[in-house]
Amino acid sequence: MKRIVIAIGCAALVSLGLCLKIGTAIAADSEAAKAQTLQSPEDFANIRDESKRSVAMFNEMGKVLTHPRCVSCHPRGDSPLQGMDLHKHEPPIVRGAGGMGAPGMRCSTCHGDDNVAFSTEEGSIPGHPGWRLAPKSMAWEGKSLGEICRQLKDQDRSHMTLEELQKHNATDGLVGWGWHPGEGRIPVPGTQKIFGELTQAWIDTGAVCPEG
Amino acid sequence: MAISFELNGKEVSADVEPDTPLLWVLRDHFKLTGTKFGCGIAQCGACTVHLNGLTRRSCITPISQVDGGTVTTIEGVSGEEARAIQDAWVALDVPQCGFCQSGQVMSATALLREIPKPTDENIDQAMAGNICRCATYVRIRKAIHRASDSMEG
Repeated sequence: MKRIVIAIGCAALVSLGLCLKIGTAIAADSEAAKAQTLQSPEDFANIRDESKRSVAMFNEMGKVLTHPRCVSCHPRGDSPLQGMDLHKHEPPIVRGAGGMGAPGMRCSTCHGDDNVAFSTEEGSIPGHPGWRLAPKSMAWEGKSLGEICRQLKDQDRSHMTLEELQKHNATDGLVGWGWHPGEGRIPVPGTQKIFGELTQAWIDTGAVCPEG
Repeated sequence: MAISFELNGKEVSADVEPDTPLLWVLRDHFKLTGTKFGCGIAQCGACTVHLNGLTRRSCITPISQVDGGTVTTIEGVSGEEARAIQDAWVALDVPQCGFCQSGQVMSATALLREIPKPTDENIDQAMAGNICRCATYVRIRKAIHRASDSMEG
């Protein structure tokens, strides 16, 4: 289906050259994403200024926070996103109550408890028992790392304390799905363990946000 | 591996590999061919059934996830909403080729069970994942409203 949609889109653009350029750019982004790694808190020990170390570690956390596997379900609108290029989810689905879709068509209409490989072609449909959108107050799509950081710390907007955030990042199963997204998807870099350690180290150094 | 579940009101068991899609089990094992294979990747909605009362694409549902659950297919769907939907479908001659229609009916019935008086927006949101290549969407929406109007309350 995705191939059909891309083909129709390309036909509409008329210029095959433009399509090839777009395809090449997406492929290059995917290769760059595959090559990403996640440094652990020890890798920042040489930054002696604690505030600067805190910012550097949040920037490292940003590799996870702004990864398409995470941003897809932290959209600014009322529909999830898909793919490394964060296109709109197909089939169309809305946020609904609790971020779990609309009556008649919930997230669980398609997403089960686990990733499921397709039976008739390559690829898989992702799954987890808690599959849903993040609250709208936690929309990250299109925001800078500094904006995401301040949003996470703002108790008027965030539904989590920093302690709860660390637990969420380190142990939540749906967050952890990002490292095990199933066939056909690039996982977020590193491991959830390192992400949890980075979050704790960032908090321990004052939870300082990047500018911008 | 034997998987047991309730299918259209009866306790059944199927000795199949745990990753076998529910759709395969319905059609090949139980010979319930009303539920259709469309795309195989949860993009078209033709394979929609109810699992534990909610819509579910059976083509991407491993039978292992159905163990102990309750499955309703187009052959077994019943109740006031299902009757109202069926009557409205017949009255307005909704289907053209008909291939997608069992999925459409399952989604429409699930919608009316949760929202007896749906708006156009409710209908569009519930039915967005059920594709009809004959483009019967206008009749589908009209029929859901007609079914809703025909129900008590």
